[in-house]
Amino acid sequence: MNFENMSLIELASLIQEQKVSSVEVTKYFIDKCVEKQNLNAILEIFDDAISQAEEMDKKIKNGFKGKLAGVPVIIKDNILYKGKKASCSSKFLENYVAQYNSTVVDHMLKEGAIILGRANMDEFAMGSSTENSAFVTTLNALDPTRVPGGSSGGSACAVAAGLCPVALGTDTGGSIRQPASYNGVVGIKPTYGRVSRYGVVAFASSLEQVGPITKNVKDNAYMLSVLAGGSENDETSLKIDVPDFLSYIKDNIKGMKIAVLKEVEEVVKGLDVEKTYHDVIKFLSNNGAEIINASIPDFTLTLPCYYIIAPAEATSNLGRFDGVKYSRRSQSATNIDDIYLKSRSEGFGKEVKRRIMLGNFVLSSGYFDAYYNKAKKLQQKLKLEASKVFSVCDAIILPTTTGEAFKIGEKVNDPISMYKEDLFTILANVLGVPSISIPCGKGKNNLPFGIQIIANNLNEGIIYDIANFIEKEYRG
Amino acid sequence: MQEYDIVIGLEVHAELKTDSKVFCTCKNQFGSSPNTNCCPVCVGLPGALPVLNKKAVELVIKAGLTMDCEINNLAVFERKNYFYPDLAKAYQISQLVRPICIGGHINLKNKSVRLNRIHLEEDAGKLIHSTQAIGTLIDYNRGGVPLMELVTEPDISSADEAVEFLTKLRARLIFADVAECKMEQGGMRCDVNISVKPKGSKIFGQRTEMKNLNSFKSVYRAIKYEANRQIEILSNGGKITQETRKWDDNHEKSISMRKKETSQDYRYFPDPDLLAVEISKEEVDKIKKTLPLMPEELKQKYIKDYSLTEYDADVITKDKEIINYFEETIKFYNNPKIVANWLLTDILSKIKDEENAEIKITPKNLAKILTLLEEGKISRTVAKDIFAKVWEENADIDELAKQLGGNVDENSLKDIISSIVKNNPKAVEDYKTSDTPDKVFRWFVGQVMKETKGKANAIIAEKIIKEFLN
Repeated sequence: MNFENMSLIELASLIQEQKVSSVEVTKYFIDKCVEKQNLNAILEIFDDAISQAEEMDKKIKNGFKGKLAGVPVIIKDNILYKGKKASCSSKFLENYVAQYNSTVVDHMLKEGAIILGRANMDEFAMGSSTENSAFVTTLNALDPTRVPGGSSGGSACAVAAGLCPVALGTDTGGSIRQPASYNGVVGIKPTYGRVSRYGVVAFASSLEQVGPITKNVKDNAYMLSVLAGGSENDETSLKIDVPDFLSYIKDNIKGMKIAVLKEVEEVVKGLDVEKTYHDVIKFLSNNGAEIINASIPDFTLTLPCYYIIAPAEATSNLGRFDGVKYSRRSQSATNIDDIYLKSRSEGFGKEVKRRIMLGNFVLSSGYFDAYYNKAKKLQQKLKLEASKVFSVCDAIILPTTTGEAFKIGEKVNDPISMYKEDLFTILANVLGVPSISIPCGKGKNNLPFGIQIIANNLNEGIIYDIANFIEKEYRG
Repeated sequence: MQEYDIVIGLEVHAELKTDSKVFCTCKNQFGSSPNTNCCPVCVGLPGALPVLNKKAVELVIKAGLTMDCEINNLAVFERKNYFYPDLAKAYQISQLVRPICIGGHINLKNKSVRLNRIHLEEDAGKLIHSTQAIGTLIDYNRGGVPLMELVTEPDISSADEAVEFLTKLRARLIFADVAECKMEQGGMRCDVNISVKPKGSKIFGQRTEMKNLNSFKSVYRAIKYEANRQIEILSNGGKITQETRKWDDNHEKSISMRKKETSQDYRYFPDPDLLAVEISKEEVDKIKKTLPLMPEELKQKYIKDYSLTEYDADVITKDKEIINYFEETIKFYNNPKIVANWLLTDILSKIKDEENAEIKITPKNLAKILTLLEEGKISRTVAKDIFAKVWEENADIDELAKQLGGNVDENSLKDIISSIVKNNPKAVEDYKTSDTPDKVFRWFVGQVMKETKGKANAIIAEKIIKEFLN
């Protein structure tokens, strides 16, 4: 059977109903990973995947029921799975073995998932192309000369190339949605706190979330119901009931109020995505949605706001990689200062170092108020501006990326232009609200890009409803 | 010669008495084998997140309430970033902008010392410098143990006052069950900020800081030494450098650790992994209700309600264990004055010079002896003998009372006294005619004791003798 064209939901039900075995499916996807290893999407296929699948087949025979019973899943390399390496695509953690399970892995295992392997990413999730991976650059699933986006580039490529039915990414400033856009797949950044961050190697704690990358919207809603749910180990996770997100998909957007931001209209002019963006808006309007002209006046300041808060937190979060305990220690270090200096100099890549420097700068005494505090105040202001929009609208529509995936190497020496990749995606992280990217259009090179639907906190249901409606029209 | 004022501010760290650590569920326990009370959170593994132990917040509130602090309605945790091998995450979770307690004071004999704040933070691990070639080892058991840090205003002006302050602080923390303050285990540590200025001057001098003094004796000596050092420098026309100094207990001097110019920038910012802690007035009131009377309040109560002397009350309320012993004993024998007498003369004098002194008689047993004595069943001498035997070998009181014949019953006593009176008519005559009948009376008591080998109860004997003689 050709499992790669099946949806996650179909596949899960086939295995659950014992029409196919988990071993069969798992082997199939392992073969795919091997066959397409030139994509550099997968860093490691876990050697016990088949035996896990065998175990699961027995359990299913004995009556086990689970949303992911026997379904193979790829995880991003910054998500901990006990006994398996989790390197964050960094030399620093090249051989680091997770000592415990992340909450999301526990949630998936409870539903019977087979954790198949780990996907390449930008080192410590810092980047928009996987070119910052210390090991390999992942290729775009649809054009090997182009980047897959990042930082969850390996995960998005894996789903798009049919290496797995679903993969997990993490999204701090667009790291799920931007690669989803470039590979023509669906990715959501859930509401901050919807999914527990316990066991996910932290980059910018107050901004990031784990989320699913899938081939379609319904699979995505199905998967988020598994991942979501607070953890006693994570104060910032929300201890609320997890809804069945699929039940929100009603194929009807009549009367739905969808905001178009004035500031985005300005920015989008002349971009590759412009036409598609307006097309989708028209489509929604034609189908009974009410398009509302709205404004988040400080929209363009989200980028500097993000690039102060995120590096500040990253600087502190990455301090624990010091060569003293578990991370790689420089061979030539002879005293404690040396261990810090040399291990960190050798262990971190250029972009990580850049952000550590940036973070230290904005937190240092004398600059704290001018940068970090100001950015936090701006964040509060943006939340206020957005709450005004959400008080009259159900959702906001905006592009995910400016256009198609860029060429490998094109932006590697231009960090500012790379940072601008996040222009449309950062808003949701700074606000903490959920946002999805769904494939909607193709550019002049016939490569896909996505459109984003953002909703207010905890309104993933509304997002899935609208996204599914758009998907039906634009799929293909 | 120019005289100088000494200006001292203290920063005191105390490990809080919680079952588990402040941000994880590991045991908060001293003396376990290295790295056994550890988990992903307190050794800073990737992906681990802190979860606040509410009990630690409660204890800091409790501490604050014993010193009249204002309790913040919203407390925030910040990260203090610096690299050191005992600090697993390369940041310490602490509090900067919104500590749990603000202000407050502790009254000394002659002044009130104002507090600046009390906040909650986590302790670091411990470096063990091995004598073998393996180098330095790290024990993370202490990492994540809850610590309160109390900061005073610069209101202290002598080594004596500093020690008085610390003694009172320690008593409060122990008494409120906030901390055990075992200084020899590092359970209470003190940093001293000190400067000197010409007597009466309003302008503070340049200060130096001495870190991690872990006994009152060190605090006392370090302050004496450092004040003299600064005065000497100023008297010779020199200048004090702002610096951190380390007190060397063995050589009784302080040495420079680092100058201020090279001091760290801790890059504090709010910890994004932790929620701000809301502290309601109701919660504070509830904690207030659980507070026991503080030593000073108890002292006043003892003087007023129990008619103890100021001295006795003072001695008893210096130590929580003594207070507990006293309170427990008077539950079984309701005569505080007599209990206090025994406690001071018979118990405290015995243990005052011992390290880790232990009271080797239970409050219940002491009460029993005192009851037997009061009931006249044993004499004072026998009571002391029994007390000594119980202390030394935990002997059985009833058995001893029987053996030592402490309970010569009243009828036998009457017989004995009757025969003494009969056999000594001259003495009886003397008693009736003498200018000093007391002297003769005491002779009779002596005879009774002689006859009973000291086992008669003196009070009862006296009563019976009086009956016979009159």
